[in-house]
Amino acid sequence: MPSLKDLKIRINSVKSTQKITKAMKMVAASKLRRAQEAAEAARPYAERMEKVLNGLGQAVKDQPGASPLLAGTGSDDVQLVIVATSERGLCGGFNTNIVKAARAHILKLVDAGKTVKILCIGKKGHVILRREFEDKIIDLKDLSGVKNIGFGDAQPIAAEVLAMFERGEFDVATLFYAKFQSALVQVTTKQQLIPASLDEAANENDAGDDLGGAVYDYEPSEEAILDDLLPRNVAVQIYRGLLENAASEQGARMTAMDNATRNAGDMIDSLTITYNRTRQANITKELIEIISGAEAL
Amino acid sequence: MADMLHFEIVSPERLLKDAQAAMVVVPGADGDFAAMPQHAPMMSTIRPGVVEIFETEGGDAERLFVKGGLAQISPEGLTILAEEAIQLDDVDAADLSAKIADAEASLSAAADDVARAAAEKELAWMTALSEIVS
Repeated sequence: MPSLKDLKIRINSVKSTQKITKAMKMVAASKLRRAQEAAEAARPYAERMEKVLNGLGQAVKDQPGASPLLAGTGSDDVQLVIVATSERGLCGGFNTNIVKAARAHILKLVDAGKTVKILCIGKKGHVILRREFEDKIIDLKDLSGVKNIGFGDAQPIAAEVLAMFERGEFDVATLFYAKFQSALVQVTTKQQLIPASLDEAANENDAGDDLGGAVYDYEPSEEAILDDLLPRNVAVQIYRGLLENAASEQGARMTAMDNATRNAGDMIDSLTITYNRTRQANITKELIEIISGAEAL
Repeated sequence: MADMLHFEIVSPERLLKDAQAAMVVVPGADGDFAAMPQHAPMMSTIRPGVVEIFETEGGDAERLFVKGGLAQISPEGLTILAEEAIQLDDVDAADLSAKIADAEASLSAAADDVARAAAEKELAWMTALSEIVS
């Protein structure tokens, strides 16, 4: 039976933990709002980019000499897996979920006899993946110094990925991140970056009303525009992934910290009950001692 | 009142502008072109330069500097996908020359090809911007 003093100390320690988790929850909530706004603000660009790319891509895709960023290199032997996770922990299952999905994908590729290279964005995923795939990880992008992710943060990563692709270091690139749905729901998403995935179904629906049957003039040329657009698309997709990830991370942290705060509350309640019982037991014991001492006289 | 051209300027970070104008002059890769209502559908890449927005015909232009991108004119209007756009009134000449010095420094300090290419690009568009401002 712990003494009264021990209980008091434990209650106080849980109380201060609860204060911390509560504060973290509030911080996450306000950061979440900002991250969510940023993610939403970035949507129009990505959507319009997708529209243009879909329209152009379908036309050019099957022509000989189409950019390898669109048509692929013709093989899929070397796979680059980009895993975007957070820089900080204490956000529930957020990192674990992304890594789990990436790990399943990697193992499947390895089983199929492909060479896999891993590029980590965010060190939390790196720490987990390192245990199993140390030799496959080629780089870690640390974004811990970045407060609000801007397009400028995604661009260097995209530039590096593209440079690697041009050097022929991989054939297919896939990005793993968590898509933000709500503070409670984050969907782990796998997205193929290179070759660009074109949404054929969407294009069929769009083609009618978007182009309006009009024939576009291309300046300088269709190919030149695509050559300009495709690398930018990679950057935009990575940027979008990072933004979604940032929002998801804050959402996950908010939920996790909310749970932690509630658990701490439960713990304080049950400890307080034990504390009061012990105190009562002590008083009763003392009374008995006094009474029996008086009777003995 | 003649009909207006609906135009949007979008950067990766946000939707910058969504408005109506009489005419928008776009710095296309093959030369400037003016987008007006009922323009034939076209698509063009943009070089770093100034987008001029004329809200009324013959009125004053609102000038925006864009750092490359893509312009699309569809029957619904003009969409400019800009990599980055800056309101020219916000640009401070002193601040800019400091930035150019920075870019030059990072260019000479660049260790590998990737960094050098990035620094060169940065410098190129800074210089383009300073030419327009001065």
